[in-house]
Amino acid sequence: MLDTVKEFASEFFVTGDPLILGAQVSIALALVAIVFVLTYFKKWRWLWTEWLTTVDHKKIGIMYIICSILMLFRGGVDALLMRVQLAVPNLEFLHADHYNAIFTTHGVIMILFMAMPLMFGLFNIIVPLQLGARDVAFPFLNSLSFWLFFAGAMLFNLSFVIGGSPDAGWLAYPPLSGIEGSPGVGQDFYIWGIQISGIGSLASGINFVVTILKMRAPGMKLMKMPMFSWSVLASSVTIMFAFPILTVTLFLLFLDRYLGAHFFTVDAGGNPMMYLNLIWMWGHPEVYIVILPAFGIFSEVVATFSKKKIFGYKSMVFALMSISFFSFFTWAHHFFTMGSGANVNAFFAVTTMIIAIPTGVKVFNWLFTMYRGKLSFPTPMLWAVAFIPCFVVGGMTGVMLSVAPADFQFHNSYFLIAHFHQVLIGGVVFGYFAGLYYWWPKMFGFKLHEGLGKWAFWFWNIGFYVCFMPQYALGLMGMTRRFNEYNFDMGWQPLNVVSTVGAFLMGIAFIFQVWQIAHSIRFLKKDNSGDNWGQGRTLEWSTASPAPFYNFARIPQVVAQDDWWEKQQRRERGEAEPAEVAAAEAAPLEPIHMPKNSGIPIIMSGFWFLAGFGFVWDWKWMIVLGLAGVAVTMLARSFNYNDDYYVPVEEIERIEAAAARGAN
Amino acid sequence: MAQAHSHSHSHDHGHHDQESLKQFGFWLFMITDVILFATLFATFIVLRDNTASGPVGADLIEMNGIIISTFILLTSSFTSGLALLSMNKGDKRGLILWLAVSALLGLSFIYLEVNEFIHLVHEGAKISTSAYWSAFYTLVGTHGLHVSIGIVWMTAIIIQLAKRGITPVTKRKVNIISLYWHFLDAVWIFVFSLVYLMEVM
Repeated sequence: MLDTVKEFASEFFVTGDPLILGAQVSIALALVAIVFVLTYFKKWRWLWTEWLTTVDHKKIGIMYIICSILMLFRGGVDALLMRVQLAVPNLEFLHADHYNAIFTTHGVIMILFMAMPLMFGLFNIIVPLQLGARDVAFPFLNSLSFWLFFAGAMLFNLSFVIGGSPDAGWLAYPPLSGIEGSPGVGQDFYIWGIQISGIGSLASGINFVVTILKMRAPGMKLMKMPMFSWSVLASSVTIMFAFPILTVTLFLLFLDRYLGAHFFTVDAGGNPMMYLNLIWMWGHPEVYIVILPAFGIFSEVVATFSKKKIFGYKSMVFALMSISFFSFFTWAHHFFTMGSGANVNAFFAVTTMIIAIPTGVKVFNWLFTMYRGKLSFPTPMLWAVAFIPCFVVGGMTGVMLSVAPADFQFHNSYFLIAHFHQVLIGGVVFGYFAGLYYWWPKMFGFKLHEGLGKWAFWFWNIGFYVCFMPQYALGLMGMTRRFNEYNFDMGWQPLNVVSTVGAFLMGIAFIFQVWQIAHSIRFLKKDNSGDNWGQGRTLEWSTASPAPFYNFARIPQVVAQDDWWEKQQRRERGEAEPAEVAAAEAAPLEPIHMPKNSGIPIIMSGFWFLAGFGFVWDWKWMIVLGLAGVAVTMLARSFNYNDDYYVPVEEIERIEAAAARGAN
Repeated sequence: MAQAHSHSHSHDHGHHDQESLKQFGFWLFMITDVILFATLFATFIVLRDNTASGPVGADLIEMNGIIISTFILLTSSFTSGLALLSMNKGDKRGLILWLAVSALLGLSFIYLEVNEFIHLVHEGAKISTSAYWSAFYTLVGTHGLHVSIGIVWMTAIIIQLAKRGITPVTKRKVNIISLYWHFLDAVWIFVFSLVYLMEVM
């Protein structure tokens, strides 16, 4: 009996690595600590009613952001481990297996479990406020999306301590990721972790398209909509068209591994190259899904801190939508070396170059917005300004990579690594940081400490260039990705040491940010007035910070692009409000129709997690239990007709009065 | 949320807007489902010649059964249309009756499909036989899975109709399931043409 338990445990848990043992112990301790604190302070009920079952888009957004910051930490530690290993030739720090697992999880976590939730977090918190709506179109579905993401992320991260991490690269190319190349369970964790969270992402995409198309405040025509919301629309439409391809691709890989199908095997007619095509038909749009909202954030931040309307509004909209469209026609540039022939490569080279045009339009628009603006440089604006040169260099190296014959040299070298980190960090991460700093007071009612924020900013920026500029050179010197060792005589060491130093500078920058958040909470300076920067332009600044759960006591009447700014201008000039605005503001308060909290999303996601875990280990009873649970919770939702309520006028009056007192 | 996009601050805080939002959301979901099936069709087309010297559909598939199940599914689409007509007349009994007929026809379609699969496996065409059969079972099976989910869903709606009658909420639900049902019918036309007719005939 004891022996079978021992045998099971040695297969179930990852054993024999001191680094991982340390992680297992600290995870166990952290869990115990969390349970203890919640029990000691009697916070379980509060946690359940206020957070876990909430359908409030602002709280869901905050949960997304907390998860993404935790994932940024894990992905960042992975990166630092890799940089340590590469700093010295032939270092015996990470063995090949461990190194493979780490670059795989680093990639997956940073894109799917860091960038995506940070993006959805900002979508959630800001879009309904910007549109003058009370919530997203489908609040229940929104909560379900979050919990599916959470279940998927936990399943993926669990592989680190239970069963073993996936190690076939972040996109898991077969035949390596097939059952013969990867017989362990790591790859199954990969498939189910991403599959479950992917369903959530798809649902979010639909949710935000409906929200933006149908829930805008009266008077907000599409061409008066704030630029961030436009970018969310572009990104969400891209999600709708791209994510089903991911679902199918992972499902086919699962069938190959689980039922012995032959989609991507090298025998019985399978075609591994088809996987590359399919995964990049999702994967290339995916990088545009995460960058487009960053473009939207920059447009908001640059306009606000230049005190000017965004330059070239229509061309911005056109650029967003055309990038979204062309993103579906460039996928093969990820494997020019596959051998599809000159004509195919030429087509994808040209489409890739075409994307640079709308992107260039946007860069010029941001520059012209700043031109002759009344500029100020608080932290959000610093990130936006730092983004521009960084992204231009990243974009230009992208155009170099798009030249198919040259790509035969660049392919899989550190030149490529440097390129995509430059657009993903310099574009996506800088953009989301700008958004996080800019909207932080809207989320929590206080600003983050500026001084520490500037330290973090400079460490990030300098660290970034120190880390990645040498990698372009290393790539041209012949260093390829995904190797954990190189010899002294390659001459790569000096630049690798520089790159590692840069990575640690970024690590220090992250510590500054954590310190900044802790410091700002410790020395809290509450500022509940809506317009925390004093020069906000769009509707989110017209309601209190943080916004009441119903967002707006009266749905605003919009008359202009940058409606809130225009309203302030009218006030300064002493002009009367337009008739429809005056009427909307004088209207008596009415009961507000709101969705009720629901425990079904978290429970359903728990069953999805069970089903996924069952598939990973091929435990039939758990698969059946999980899937049956999913079906039952879905039916429970269908049969529940009591999912909404009205907030009475007295309560709205009370909350509004309290907010007005807090603002003074 | 109720009056989110209305042009006037109407005093109607009822369900109307929420229902039309959900219907619009479902249209978008169907777009994503089209992409899902498109990916599976593309996979089948790429792999249709990769039979690894094993059996192909023309050797094993019995077209009579397929034609019968095609007619069953087309008929169920028609009866779900009749259900909608009854609903619009306010005829609750007719609505439930026609929905039940549609679900039963769907059930017999699934019965025939499962039988066909069992027959094929007996003849030595398993999902692991070749890329051709992997793609075949996945495409046809995914459609079958959609129909099966639709049957459970339709049953749930029938129970709700019996309990609550025709209300704005149940009306929206019937509209959506019937959209879904017609959609599966349309997908089947493509499955029938590409997988069966072009392979076997």
